Amino acid sequence: MTTRIEKRFAELKQQGRAALVTFVTAGDPDYATSLEIIKGLPKAGADLIEFGMPFTDPMADGPAIQAAGLRALKAGQTTKKTLQMVREFRKEDDATPVVLMGYYNPLYAYGVERFLADAKAAGVDGLIIVDLPPEEDDELCIPAMKAGMNFIRLATPTTDDKRAPTVLKNTSGFVYYVSVLGITGTKTPDLASVKANVTRLKKHTSLPIAVGFGVKSADQARVIARDADGVVVGSALVNAVRDTLDGDGRPTARTVPAVHGLVRDIARGVGSKAA
Amino acid sequence: MNIAVPNSYRTGPDEKGLFGIYGGRFVAETLMPLILELEQAYKDAKADPAFQAELDSFLEHYVGRPSPLYFAERLTEHLGGAKIYFKRDELNHTGAHKINNVMGQILLARRMGKTRIIAETGAGQHGVATATACARFGLKCIVYMGEVDIERQKPNVFRMKLLGAEVVPALSGSRTLKDALNEALRDWVANVEDTFYCIGTVAGPHPYPAMVRDFQAVIGVETKKQMMAREGRLPNSLVAAIGGGSNAMGLFHPFLDDKDVEIYGVEAAGLGLNTGKHAASITGGKPGVLHGNRTYLLQDDDGQIIEAHSISAGLDYPGIGPEHSWLHDMKRVNYVSATDAEALEAFQLCCKLEGIIPALEPSHALAQVIKLAPKKPKDHLMVMNMCGRGDKDIFTVAAHLGVKL
Repeated sequence: MTTRIEKRFAELKQQGRAALVTFVTAGDPDYATSLEIIKGLPKAGADLIEFGMPFTDPMADGPAIQAAGLRALKAGQTTKKTLQMVREFRKEDDATPVVLMGYYNPLYAYGVERFLADAKAAGVDGLIIVDLPPEEDDELCIPAMKAGMNFIRLATPTTDDKRAPTVLKNTSGFVYYVSVLGITGTKTPDLASVKANVTRLKKHTSLPIAVGFGVKSADQARVIARDADGVVVGSALVNAVRDTLDGDGRPTARTVPAVHGLVRDIARGVGSKAA
Repeated sequence: MNIAVPNSYRTGPDEKGLFGIYGGRFVAETLMPLILELEQAYKDAKADPAFQAELDSFLEHYVGRPSPLYFAERLTEHLGGAKIYFKRDELNHTGAHKINNVMGQILLARRMGKTRIIAETGAGQHGVATATACARFGLKCIVYMGEVDIERQKPNVFRMKLLGAEVVPALSGSRTLKDALNEALRDWVANVEDTFYCIGTVAGPHPYPAMVRDFQAVIGVETKKQMMAREGRLPNSLVAAIGGGSNAMGLFHPFLDDKDVEIYGVEAAGLGLNTGKHAASITGGKPGVLHGNRTYLLQDDDGQIIEAHSISAGLDYPGIGPEHSWLHDMKRVNYVSATDAEALEAFQLCCKLEGIIPALEPSHALAQVIKLAPKKPKDHLMVMNMCGRGDKDIFTVAAHLGVKL
């Protein structure tokens, strides 16, 4: 069974360019605006879309995504609504892969089996769950694979050659390389070390490798795209939402265009035709 | 549900760090190699008699152990039932049980060659203990503390600074202990090379719950020995307050297989369990995953964490150590609760009758003693863990009593 993720990376490989993976927090700043942002992402140049599932205690995220999660929760976002958002997105787009990214507890509370069935039916292709390392594969990774969904693992600068096989063993779809030691959106990746680590990881896997954490500009994306199969942009998009809200935290006419504009800009860095 | 009674309650966790379904290693991949390294380093240290000898020496000469087991005669007379003993861990250096664990972890950090220590703190007792040990060994110390807690525990913040620690306010979420833990984890992810995370309670990813328990078990081991010397038999009951649950686990663990010993863990019921403003994870929560382990958590239907409330900053946490969750499910320990008001009353009673100013944390345990002791016969031996002294709390108590200092 080929998932939309596998299909998309194969197509891009043929085109000879890297994927632009965009992350936005589902429900930020509210359901309707967030849905409008997400619906417009493919046209702006996103090849894969990550929906961040908000959580009160996102221990691997920096201030930008923490704040986005709290905005979404305040506006009433729930796991159920995030799945509803995927369903609405899928009505118009059956090709762009959708990955849900977040923390385990909201899914555990939803019920793993029920969540996987509902997510699959909604059109979700993959999951990235930050606090489920390979040591906890029985929780969600194995059941997700059985349900026909990709479980995408984070590899980090601490994933040395000894650790890499453990991390990659049950990974599918692609590998998300975390380019910095630290939380999302706080440090700028050292491009030389990213290159070295991506090259090193490629010795361990034939899966595509996407690089994220701290990517903000088309120039960075361009350099990373030389060695990686994908570039992930998250905090920068979330900040574009924040920067266009009014004094009461409500979206303005600039909110949706600001996010799409930034995506278009960064898409140029990976050579996307959509841009 | 039928629960099979195990041969021993003291064999956990298993190799995956699980106590039944609780515990585990729910952390970001960046931390996984560190956690595995720590597990190995702790295993090696535990097997090394020189490590235990060094720890014992510091516990005796620096911390001041063993702490006394004190017969609270006037409280016993006042309540008219069980014979009440206090395990006096508030007499330790730095004024609480926290230092027992910190000495162990800091000696381990030195063994591992780590030079930068981070810690989270709620009431400030763990932060002070960590700052103290870091000063003693010349280690850099950064303590994360919720902004709200910094405000209500000013004396401890100043103490930490005097000891050379940097106190960093946690500004996210509820700005209390859980957020300090988030910030400490974020720091650790960014500083994996030189940093040791000194967790203050029996929670977090494996091996922390077991390691902190082992370092705190000195409380129960001493209590057993002292009670045998004093009364020639084991106590009939044990009572301790629970936030994350380290003082309680330290007292309880050596007694878990003494099946006739009744054990009570006291959670903070805040303004009352039915008000939603409490910190009673077991009584008012359900199992979930936070801060590296599966355990009982205060959470809503969507799995979002609910902010805890307690008059005591040290109990103001929406989770509990995973081994407690397991002991609850196994029905080996009785988890009960005491409100802010009950704790305040117990605090004052203890000051007046025993000349001991207890911290607000053990005041919750005292509230349970007040409820329980009168129902027990006079030959019932009850031990309460006086896990901290109340000097740090006088401002909070004064404010609640309407006294301006």
